Amino acid sequence: MKEKFWRWLDGSREYLEDASDMDETPYREREEVKTQIRERNDSLDKRRGTRAVIRAEEKGFRLLYSWVAVISAIFLIGVLLYVVSYLPRYGQENPQTTLVARRYLEDGVRETGAINAVAGMILDYRAFDTLGESHVLFTALVCVMILLEKDRKNMRRGYEDYYRITGEGFYTPNRDGIMQAAGFVLLPSILLFGIYILLNGQNGPGGGFSGGTVLGSGLIIFTMAFGFDTVDRIASRRLLKGVTVVALGFYSFAKGYVFFTGANGLESHIPKGTPGAILSGGLILPLDIAVGLVVACTMFGFYSLFRRGSIGGKGKACSGKKAGTGAGTKAEGKDNA
Amino acid sequence: MIGNLLANYEEAVAIILFGIGFTMVLFQRNLIRKLIGMNIMDTGVFLFLASMGYIRGRKAPIILDPSLPAESYINPVPAGLVLTGIVVSVSVTAIMLSLCVRLYRRYHTLEIDDIYRLSKHQMEDR
Amino acid sequence: MALGVTEIVKILLLVLLIVCAISVNVTRSLLQSVIIFMAYSSIMCILWIFMESPDLAITEAAVGAGVSGVLFLLTLRRIREEDEDSSEDDGNTDF
Repeated sequence: MKEKFWRWLDGSREYLEDASDMDETPYREREEVKTQIRERNDSLDKRRGTRAVIRAEEKGFRLLYSWVAVISAIFLIGVLLYVVSYLPRYGQENPQTTLVARRYLEDGVRETGAINAVAGMILDYRAFDTLGESHVLFTALVCVMILLEKDRKNMRRGYEDYYRITGEGFYTPNRDGIMQAAGFVLLPSILLFGIYILLNGQNGPGGGFSGGTVLGSGLIIFTMAFGFDTVDRIASRRLLKGVTVVALGFYSFAKGYVFFTGANGLESHIPKGTPGAILSGGLILPLDIAVGLVVACTMFGFYSLFRRGSIGGKGKACSGKKAGTGAGTKAEGKDNA
Repeated sequence: MIGNLLANYEEAVAIILFGIGFTMVLFQRNLIRKLIGMNIMDTGVFLFLASMGYIRGRKAPIILDPSLPAESYINPVPAGLVLTGIVVSVSVTAIMLSLCVRLYRRYHTLEIDDIYRLSKHQMEDR
Repeated sequence: MALGVTEIVKILLLVLLIVCAISVNVTRSLLQSVIIFMAYSSIMCILWIFMESPDLAITEAAVGAGVSGVLFLLTLRRIREEDEDSSEDDGNTDF
């Protein structure tokens, strides 16, 4: 079985019509599918004439397709390269495109309180864009959940059977000594780095997206090293759901207020602070933390859904029972938000 | 034109990457390779955007010294756009990959020709 | 056009980017393709630093080389699990 998978992975795929290794394969269902196809092919042959006609049809289509594809690809690339050759020189200042940027660079620090002009741009001047993007992430997580979650309607075995037969350790990664030692060494620094760039988004490179992704990767490595049953105690389904909804709701409320008051920027009544301190930048820091929490939950949710088909175990509320590294970071992030 | 392309080498490389991704999406028969091609197209577009904002000899837009003029920093607008795009591309990739898993669960193959043939047979079955 | 060291390294990285993108096409194994794609993202991350966009560099390193590649690898693994599952039960319960 495994051997066959690796052969498939190697690219030496077998054609469906090829019946040479039919006898040794253990896949019953795949066998059935193949015989089905062969029978259909035979009946098609009877209906439409010889198989050669079908082959010729397919061949003709393939030929037409490749010619059209080659021509369209060459045409597209040629046109694009032609346009590129008439663009302004690479590395030179182009006055038409820097009008807005000049405003951001000159007045950005005074108006937003953020030293990093990119953070000030995406979370203050153009925060509505970022709001849409966090919702894109949330929607993507929901879509993946619909497609891959193992609930009653969407799985092969029954849900109870799945837990009774396999035990809770079946879908958890095998506890590898190397992974555990590496995780023990790496995890604190990864999570600390994630929190650092999450909180320093207005002062330097980083911010919500990168910090959230690093935090999510830390959770993924934690899962790889110590298994899902450990992570479920820290990042349960209820906690992930709550954090995502609270963060998105907070962001939507804050930015909805801006648009309600005429989209002239939010009088947040939060002092801007001295640019460069951690507690500066007015609303940018809370929005950064909200975005970061959403991104971290989404990344961990993707991993969890792809790995075992559910987020946070059976949905039981078991958070905060055993405070590990991840629990500390989560709680800290939540308090700050 | 070749001279112009050599001067604009980074944009030209971005377009070539876009073309490689486009041909991958057109010609690869495997769905996962098609997805990698889509990701390469994404990065080509990001590279193009960011190279439009790059100005030679200037620094990243982190304004540590407010007395410096705006002429000493690169354009921050493309960086913000690309930052948004990177995170959107990973969510699109996740959705596509989960669709791939569902397709494999149904047809037990990821080759687009076989999936097409199987779906045609199943359509004729009904 | 006088080329400094930075420019030469940048051009080298761009060439490497194209080589990676083509070799994703050429390799026969899916696993190799995914790993080369992760390397491609890492090269992209270094390139962002040369283009003075450290924000993008951090994000690309975490997203492109990290989470995206992990998702691809998990899909390959998930496919194998589907195959192993389907040999055990009736297989008509999906969809």
